[in-house]
Amino acid sequence: MMVRIFTALMALMMTATLSFAQQGPLRIEITEGVIEPLPFATPNFVAENGSSAEIGAQLARVVAADLQNTGLFREIPATAYISNVTDFGSAIQYPDWKAINAQALVTGAVNVSGNNLTVKFRLYDIFSGAELGNGLQFQGTTEGWRRMAHKVADAVYSRITGETGYFDSRVVFVSETGPKNKRQKRLAVMDYDGAGVKYLTDSRSLVLAPRFSPTGDRVLYTSYETGFPRIYVLDVGSVQRRVLESGEGSISFAPRFSPNGQTVVYSQATGSNTDIYTMDIASGRSTRRTSAPSIETAPSYSPDGNSIVFESDRSGAQQLYIMSANGGEAKRISFGQGRYGTPVWSPRGDLVAFTKQSKGRFHIGVMRVDGSEERLLTASFLDEGPTWSPNGRVIMFHRETQGAGGRSTLYSVDITGRNLRPVRTPEGGSDPSWSPLQK
Amino acid sequence: MKLTTKVILMMGALSMAACTNAGKLGGGAGDGAFDPNAAVNSGVIAGSASDPASTAYFQQAVGDRVTFEVDQSSLTAVGRATLDGQATWLLTNADYTAIIEGHADEQGTREYNIALGNRRADAARSYLVSKGVPSSRMQIVSYGKERPIEICSEEACYAKNRRAVTVLAGGLTG
Repeated sequence: MMVRIFTALMALMMTATLSFAQQGPLRIEITEGVIEPLPFATPNFVAENGSSAEIGAQLARVVAADLQNTGLFREIPATAYISNVTDFGSAIQYPDWKAINAQALVTGAVNVSGNNLTVKFRLYDIFSGAELGNGLQFQGTTEGWRRMAHKVADAVYSRITGETGYFDSRVVFVSETGPKNKRQKRLAVMDYDGAGVKYLTDSRSLVLAPRFSPTGDRVLYTSYETGFPRIYVLDVGSVQRRVLESGEGSISFAPRFSPNGQTVVYSQATGSNTDIYTMDIASGRSTRRTSAPSIETAPSYSPDGNSIVFESDRSGAQQLYIMSANGGEAKRISFGQGRYGTPVWSPRGDLVAFTKQSKGRFHIGVMRVDGSEERLLTASFLDEGPTWSPNGRVIMFHRETQGAGGRSTLYSVDITGRNLRPVRTPEGGSDPSWSPLQK
Repeated sequence: MKLTTKVILMMGALSMAACTNAGKLGGGAGDGAFDPNAAVNSGVIAGSASDPASTAYFQQAVGDRVTFEVDQSSLTAVGRATLDGQATWLLTNADYTAIIEGHADEQGTREYNIALGNRRADAARSYLVSKGVPSSRMQIVSYGKERPIEICSEEACYAKNRRAVTVLAGGLTG
């Protein structure tokens, strides 16, 4: 049964056009590309002492939301339960869960002692009547309870899908207020699901496109603090920032970290020409990596650090190119109708996400690094700026609505194109950048 | 009689000097700052659009901006004519420096639009340099699609947003 759930979920995560008729008894029903998510139950985590009942309920809700929001799972409401879990150690009543068609059951227990929080969980495969993996225990502080819920959900997701999770992660983005012609922007960081927003800058200076470091401790961004776009690096913990110096009389923007976190790749404009440069962060020494008279911008490293994907209008319109991290000749990879920009290499290394403009519409899409198998995931008046979940399964981006009242909102979508959903933030949101999974 | 004429001429000269100063000290674009006591002659209000040395005059009478076609950074005939006027003005009013701001409409990705706005600002700067304005008096910056002046999502608005604006500042040498 463990194998059965696993196989079914793997199938479910592939594109919807395949047929699964030959799969085992656990069938995934696919109707016109719509996949039936796997039903699961997550009763409130058992309170092991008096003060932990509320947090136990909240933990279970966050675990359930994480799983359900993937679109791969469907939570069975507590009102349908026949039996409940009141003791973490006692035997599971499999028939009661089978009767409501729960295929997976997540149980947990919570112990609060002062500021300390201990969370335990177990995962059961109901139809095979066995535990899936061993129980796990996490310890932390009560303030960190959401992260512990995300860790539980990551473990469940990982055991059932065979892939790494992405819930215990953060997103840095631009929080926006005000009308289009008086928009105020400031940097903010939040949990991947929009909870726990913290602001990293005020809105006195225009800020754009923050990017997390590979360890999530620093953020690169562009600010107009001096009146001219310059690249800054900000320590997320201390909120201390410093400008990364670049050439006199030029403007710098579109920074991203290299996979080892020691180099920044960015764009610098001198005269009318915008090229790609890299800078060693420690020494501040920069090197020009492109030299065409056209616009070269929006660079992103491959996960191995050996290549850079970027956009250029050297052909007459924005297209995607890949070159060595040391520069040199670039190979064009986008050949479809329209214009391609903002390429971002996937954490697995196999795909590039991009923004495409075609016939007055904007799309978020993915293609293989050789340019094949282009797939558009979204369409709207203005979709822009994809960022990858740490496991490469989900893309977050922003969508701006049309007209004088236009507003920008963060969205996420599976790389299959399914499960498009807004990410709730207190204000408008743009330019998301997803952190790696936290340690 | 002769003496009176002389005095009036002197006052005129003084008030013109004051006007120039008021415009210069006004600093940023179009803040309208002026010294009301400076204007005593010939209906010229220092710092207002009727004062040919004022930023207001530059903005309104000369024209502080040129617009561009979709995706383009080459100057139009109208744009070149506006820049001819700007060049003449900047050569006459040598104490001013300028920041040329390049902008794009919302139909484009953020980074590309910054690069495109930069191209537009540089096209205006290069033209002014070709007309004799020292490049040391001008800087360029791009706001991409971040600072639209019109907010509808139609070509009527986009056409005004695709622009390079020459923003005057007080002279470095003044």
